[in-house]
Amino acid sequence: MAERCGVVGIGQTNYEASRVDLSMAGILREAAQRALDDAELTWKDIDAVVIGKAPDMFEGVMMPELFLADAVGGAYKPMLRVHTAGSVGGSTGIVGASLVQSGVHDRVLAVAFEKQSESNAMWALTVSMPFSVAVVAGAGGFFAPLIRGYMRRSGAPEDTGIRVALKDRLNALKNPYAHVKMEDVSFELISDSPMLWDPVRYLETCPSSDGACAMIFANEKLASKAPTRPAWVHATEMRSEPTAFSGRDQVMPQATLDNAAALYKKAGITNPRQELDCAEIYVPFSWFEPMWLEGMRITDINEGWKMTYEGATALDGDFPINMSGGVLSSNPIGASGLIRFAESALQVRGQAGDHQVDGAKKALGHAYGGGSQYFSTWIVGSEKP
Amino acid sequence: MRDVAVVGFTQSKVSRREFDRNETEILMPVIQELKKEMNLENTDIDFICSGSSDYLAGQSFAFVAGLDAVGAWPPVSESHVEMDGAWALYEAWVKMQMGYADISLVYGFGKPSMGDLPHTMALQLDPYAVMPLWPDAVSMAALQARLCLDGNVFDERAMADVAVRDRSHAKNNPFAQVSGDFEADALLAEPYLVSPLRKHDCSPISDGASAIILVAGDRVGEFCDRPAWIRGFEHIVEPQDLGARDLTQSRSTAIAGEKAGVGKDKVDVAEIYAPFSHQSILVERALGVGPETTLNPSGGALAGNPIMATGLSRIGEAAAQVWNGTADRAVAHATSGPCLQQNLVCVLEGN
Repeated sequence: MAERCGVVGIGQTNYEASRVDLSMAGILREAAQRALDDAELTWKDIDAVVIGKAPDMFEGVMMPELFLADAVGGAYKPMLRVHTAGSVGGSTGIVGASLVQSGVHDRVLAVAFEKQSESNAMWALTVSMPFSVAVVAGAGGFFAPLIRGYMRRSGAPEDTGIRVALKDRLNALKNPYAHVKMEDVSFELISDSPMLWDPVRYLETCPSSDGACAMIFANEKLASKAPTRPAWVHATEMRSEPTAFSGRDQVMPQATLDNAAALYKKAGITNPRQELDCAEIYVPFSWFEPMWLEGMRITDINEGWKMTYEGATALDGDFPINMSGGVLSSNPIGASGLIRFAESALQVRGQAGDHQVDGAKKALGHAYGGGSQYFSTWIVGSEKP
Repeated sequence: MRDVAVVGFTQSKVSRREFDRNETEILMPVIQELKKEMNLENTDIDFICSGSSDYLAGQSFAFVAGLDAVGAWPPVSESHVEMDGAWALYEAWVKMQMGYADISLVYGFGKPSMGDLPHTMALQLDPYAVMPLWPDAVSMAALQARLCLDGNVFDERAMADVAVRDRSHAKNNPFAQVSGDFEADALLAEPYLVSPLRKHDCSPISDGASAIILVAGDRVGEFCDRPAWIRGFEHIVEPQDLGARDLTQSRSTAIAGEKAGVGKDKVDVAEIYAPFSHQSILVERALGVGPETTLNPSGGALAGNPIMATGLSRIGEAAAQVWNGTADRAVAHATSGPCLQQNLVCVLEGN
């Protein structure tokens, strides 16, 4: 029943610790204008705008899309603001695509951003609430025990995370937009970096970035006329589950497994490792690469670390992961999910430059958030679904 | 377009302050009651969407606890907008249009009593140029009302008449916070709160939640004898900057109403989300609803304004007028942002 939908424009800002040169509106415009340029369109061609970002406390503005509406060309058009925790970038892409897939609009701009230099994300995530214990440990403190749980279950070698970080940091050197670029990066440099939340070291951790990512979706008729080959949306899927309850598996949540199964079913994929050419997966702490390889059913449970260890996930491996350098290299939180989606689309459009996977035809974009409880994913292809 | 109908609606009793319940506890019975009434389990529901604001709760990711009220296990297909639940309902309607879902649950909730709401709302303003001045929400609305009065768009009595009407209608609404019989003369003898707004011109500060079930296509008959079919649905945002728009009219409401087809036929009932009396007049005029339309039979936002749920409740209240046969055609409106910046219009029909 759904209309076909293609990604016809992609724009990213350069990601940095602090874009002091730009306001919030400026950051959104930089990404959106680049997406329009890529699609050879103007603001007038856009029917509706979807804005995504993570918690408003990161910038200290309540529902900032309201004051940003005209900056992103939303004036006197429909505008939606999505917020689904860390997965929000992915969800923003999914909502943008759905506005076209539903036939409600012909062309939609989705843009996600975070200007984390306006505040301190760790503290914005740990405000003290009545009757609850303030953890004061940020996301890393929350996820470190889950990683320990994974290490115990899988028996993965202790240096798996270091290898993920090294691979992603090398990939980032090929990505002109990446925030953290370490020309001298090495296994030793990462393993010698300070332990922040055991077992997560400083260089196994994502940065705090300023930046935005924009994508333009068009229906089949318009996408077919796009100046650059569109990335066709094959399937989108979302799953959520509560943060905590007795019996919940926080290390390998049911929501990720259900989400993956539903996504592949919709995309007509039975063997993702064979049928997908590459994936951009939300890995804010190195160990989540093997964990979500399993969570996305790309490999068997407790086997994900082997793909990392054997080099299968490297840019020249048989299943490249995070060709862009991933969240470890650029992390404007609200945009991070949409960046994953955008990178998967760049790959199947053949636009990924130095980090292009040769001949990529089908790619996975993935985001997660909350306490490993929100999952937003899609599959895009160079051919129509 | 695919036929989608509003078939179920529940809400909490709106109150100035929920002393002993947090948002999840306010929301939980609302959702559970609705699912029970509709005889639905989570596994019957294809998509869930909610609307809320972190800043009302004073906490990042405040909406995450909503999943506990849903009882989201096994995991659910779910999304959230940092907007009033009316826009969550729009997102769910879009998902149903694309064939992703046949049955959707939508909810909105807000507990603004925990903070100083008029000043919390100031945080919605341009953080570089406007917000540092801390213009509170009531003062912003008062500026708009003053422009209208000075421009002879209407007078203070017309504003008082809105309050008299809405409070009177609210007597029939067991969930309302403010209701009763009042005389415009007596209201106009009261002092100004923020000139030219008096207390009766302002919605109360309210805690509350509401939830709606949407069903598409052939299955609607299983849930409702006289469903409220969504026949038009549009929302439009304006620039926020007060100098960039004409505050004596609601242009975005007019555009949304036009696109939703409000004027195509007689409107029996309109439920308007106007946090201030003068905004009700502006919205009525923008929608073009006339004397043949019953306005705010529930009492509207002046009778209770649990922000993030108020707009969703307007859709529920309008649907209820279709279900009970009072209306063949009803219009629901929702707003967001200072001085009616963003507006949504939903047209519901019994046939």
